[in-house]
Amino acid sequence: MSLDNSTVAKIARLARIRVGADEQPHLASELNHVLGWIEQLSEVDTKGVEPMTSVAPMTQRLRPDQVALENDRDAVLANAPESVAGFYVVPKVVE
Amino acid sequence: MAELIAGKTGDWEMVIGLEVHAQVTSKSKLFSGAPTDFGAEPNTQVSLVDAAMPGMLPVLNGFVVEQAVKTGLGLNAQVNKRSVFERKNYFYPDLPQGYQISQFQHPIVGKGEIEIDLPDGTTKAIGVTRLHLEQDAGKSLHDQDPKRTFVDLNRSGVALMEIVSEPDMRSAEEAAAYVRKLRAILRYLGTCDGNMDEGSMRCDVNLSMRKPGAPLGTRCEIKNVNSIRFVMAAIEYEARRQIEILEDGGKIDQETRLWDTRQGVTRSMRSKEEAHDYRYFPDPDLLPLVLEDGLIERIKATLPELPDAKKHRFMGEWGLSAYDAGVLVAEQERAAFYEEVAKGRDPKLAANWTITELLGVLNREGKDLADSPVSAAKLGGLIDLISDNTISGRIAKEVFAEMVETGKEAAAIVEEKGLRQVVDTGAIDKLVDEVMAANQDKVAEYRGGKDKLFGFFVGQAMKVSGGKANPALLNETLKKKLAP
Amino acid sequence: MSAVDLTLAEALDRLAKKDISAVELTEAHLEQMAQHRSLNAYLVETPERALNEARASDERRAKGAAKPLDGIPLGIKDLFCTKGVETTAGSKILEGFVPTYESTVTANLWRDGAVMLGKLNMDEFAMGSSNMTSAYGPVENPWRRPGSNAKLVPGGSSGGSASAVAARMALGATGTDTGGSIRQPAAFCGIVGIKPTYGRCSRWGTIAFASSLDQAGPFARTVKDTAILLRSMSGFDPKDSTSVDMPVPDWAKDCVGNVKGMRIGIPRQYRMDGMPAEIDRVWTQGAQWLRDAGAEIVEIDLPHTKYALPTYYVVAPAECSSNLARYDGVRYGLRAEGASLTELYENSRAEGFGAEVKRRIMIGTYVLSAGYYDAYYLKAQQVRALIARDFTLAFEKCDAILTPTAPSSAFAMGEKMDDPIAMYLNDVFTVPASLAGLPGISVPAGLSDDGLPLGLQILGKPFDESGVFRVAQAIEDAAKFDAKPALLKVA
Repeated sequence: MSLDNSTVAKIARLARIRVGADEQPHLASELNHVLGWIEQLSEVDTKGVEPMTSVAPMTQRLRPDQVALENDRDAVLANAPESVAGFYVVPKVVE
Repeated sequence: MAELIAGKTGDWEMVIGLEVHAQVTSKSKLFSGAPTDFGAEPNTQVSLVDAAMPGMLPVLNGFVVEQAVKTGLGLNAQVNKRSVFERKNYFYPDLPQGYQISQFQHPIVGKGEIEIDLPDGTTKAIGVTRLHLEQDAGKSLHDQDPKRTFVDLNRSGVALMEIVSEPDMRSAEEAAAYVRKLRAILRYLGTCDGNMDEGSMRCDVNLSMRKPGAPLGTRCEIKNVNSIRFVMAAIEYEARRQIEILEDGGKIDQETRLWDTRQGVTRSMRSKEEAHDYRYFPDPDLLPLVLEDGLIERIKATLPELPDAKKHRFMGEWGLSAYDAGVLVAEQERAAFYEEVAKGRDPKLAANWTITELLGVLNREGKDLADSPVSAAKLGGLIDLISDNTISGRIAKEVFAEMVETGKEAAAIVEEKGLRQVVDTGAIDKLVDEVMAANQDKVAEYRGGKDKLFGFFVGQAMKVSGGKANPALLNETLKKKLAP
Repeated sequence: MSAVDLTLAEALDRLAKKDISAVELTEAHLEQMAQHRSLNAYLVETPERALNEARASDERRAKGAAKPLDGIPLGIKDLFCTKGVETTAGSKILEGFVPTYESTVTANLWRDGAVMLGKLNMDEFAMGSSNMTSAYGPVENPWRRPGSNAKLVPGGSSGGSASAVAARMALGATGTDTGGSIRQPAAFCGIVGIKPTYGRCSRWGTIAFASSLDQAGPFARTVKDTAILLRSMSGFDPKDSTSVDMPVPDWAKDCVGNVKGMRIGIPRQYRMDGMPAEIDRVWTQGAQWLRDAGAEIVEIDLPHTKYALPTYYVVAPAECSSNLARYDGVRYGLRAEGASLTELYENSRAEGFGAEVKRRIMIGTYVLSAGYYDAYYLKAQQVRALIARDFTLAFEKCDAILTPTAPSSAFAMGEKMDDPIAMYLNDVFTVPASLAGLPGISVPAGLSDDGLPLGLQILGKPFDESGVFRVAQAIEDAAKFDAKPALLKVA
């Protein structure tokens, strides 16, 4: 397994992090280094082992269907970089 | 009903599967206590969880889980005691967490089946692949500003059931019947209001074309088709589009398309072109959902009689046609109304009056059964008057029109207007005599062999009686007296 | 002795006896903070609020209505959302973010009468073992190697918390531990830090790094002080689905050092190749102390130890890649403009996140992506199950486990920066218990050859913090660690 520049670009795109073409080779080598080290997991025999899904041996708790809105719109928009008439605002999205 | 479409190269068959997103009827959201009311001011029904503020955590709504179980049982489906919430990761402004909490590998409901009613009175079983719970996204408004998109998170986190069908449908009509039946079941169960106008039920259509008997073709997914009419229109359009491409030697790109309501076409969604890699994984903020022992049985015991069971009962017990029974059970209120009308009366007559007359009028006036000026008891009263020969069917229609107008009881109208039918043989004899005396020439012609004139005499006599003569009695008397 | 040199328990005692007021105690700490700002431990100081709270505390006490932590000045790691006080998680992407809500853990502390001194620096989003990844500059360890001016790291990610408590700029502090972020900095700074069992402290309102691993816990200068703090911080929270509904014991009562008859496990696999002799020495010494106190020392096996770090570096990045998706420049935090929405996202996140955070998001994105999920994520969760099972089996043979906390003493700023894996190896002894959700404490046990503190780690069975505190107290009693950071000697 070796991660090339185009894979780095693909991951960066999925993660929505701008990575310039000039940064790709360095990042690729760093990620390869870490992923190569992770690769040792393949030595472990995990046949038939249930993957861990929760740390504590618990199941999901359920809450009653009650309306409990502790905050108002001001709290929701308080930290927004841009808002208009109660809406969050982003550059136009083309569908 | 596998309706084939003729193309230049032969017949084509549609293969249709539907994914229906149904908003779960609940007071609060799937993972937060924010309310779910429709039409609130933007961002006023948004908890800190729904806005994905740092450090916020989801807590599962137990009632929503019960609603999903109930729906699963209503779809004759396997309810899974253990299910897992996973994250579906993608970026979009109306998806504040950057992921949608959904169920992927382990949904709460597995395989099931529903029966759809087709216009010719036949039925067909459509497989349900699965039902899972997931969060709704917020709403992006693209048309408020030329350069900006506005985001309202009121819907963000509202509980949805995604109900996925098998690709078992072969025509637009079948797809429409499926949506109608599914909606009826959800409404009977009270797990979704089925209101497509308000977006509480939305359809994605998966469609591919093939030559009959050939393997499945490449499909396109048409997103957000928000009425049954549009489901049919989108299917018809998309089928033609695909046939055209295939017959021109092209191939179908597997893609997501959007139904453009205004232009009546499907078009490729540019924003979804990028290959998706949702990176599903179990949500570490939540634990596996394990239904407590006895929950499924407890919910099963509360299930109402569902449309199909009701339909079969109407057909079996009361001898209704499949079509009439299907119409009556399409809505729970309608079925209940009908049952009240039919109780202790002729069930077929009751069905006829409910469907043809009452629903006909309501349909014309765009009213719901709930707003009907004629209650079930009053319609029953009218039917009683027909059954005991107080009025004829024809007069009954007149009385019914008056009932719709005024909301009065049938009996009162009959008394008021003196519409009671004439069943006295002496009176009828007299009436016939009158008519024959006034039309001696016609009597002669009739007796001379012009049988067709019989209708003329009936009409005249009815007219003279003001429509009140008992038709059977009148016929009998006329036949007797006109005989040479 | 200055008020800042009191232990938390002593301070409570003095406050109760009215030998000192909460205002005096708070002022002494505010002064200490002002004096040692160069450590860069605090990101935000809240002196006015602290004094107001201290005054209110004194009033309560005068009325005889004092609460368990009344008047105790604390520092809060900047990962805990504090209502009305800027909370950044050490990241530029949250610069200026002022929560409208209070995390459950801090709310519990204020409920019990504690006083907030300010918000503590940390590795960005708790990703780091040196506090070098903070967007607001590194934190300095108050310790120095004798005869050296080299600035040392306090460890991480809760570097500000550990440095502040070691430098007497708080009687205690909150931290969070995902793979060692409380225990390793506690060891580096010569103080005590405990990560309780996963589920003890609510995660609500604490900015998430890796949800299945994150757990809050306290720092203080004695075992008993951490026991007092942890009791206030813990407790069931219906707002966190992973919070455990269990009674919270009065752990201070467990800090008596009686380990007679306890079986202490020494995991063979923790004796790693190339382990510095001083680490081995302090570990062996620790075992001897416990043996002397009447405990039985037993060798145990944790066969999958070697795979804990690589497992962690799949699971934690995977979860963080998703947890950090919400920082998109739309609803809060940094927004870098872009012509399109995608550009806005990509620019905001490129500008807002530092190198280590980006690296982990990228790794996490990769290991979850189509075609790699089974080989990496699923595999790691399977190995994680084996690691947890190792501990379950080991705890059939022992009541607690003793290990070194970290493979070295504090290193200099700038060291281990070139190779991410060299940095990751800092957590080799702390990560396995994180993966299994077990409680673990670090207690100062001695000095390294170059005069820096070394810590011992005690791991316990799930929810047996009591046992952990007992053993920790025994170590503390035997170690009699009274060395002071260089900084304090100078002052």
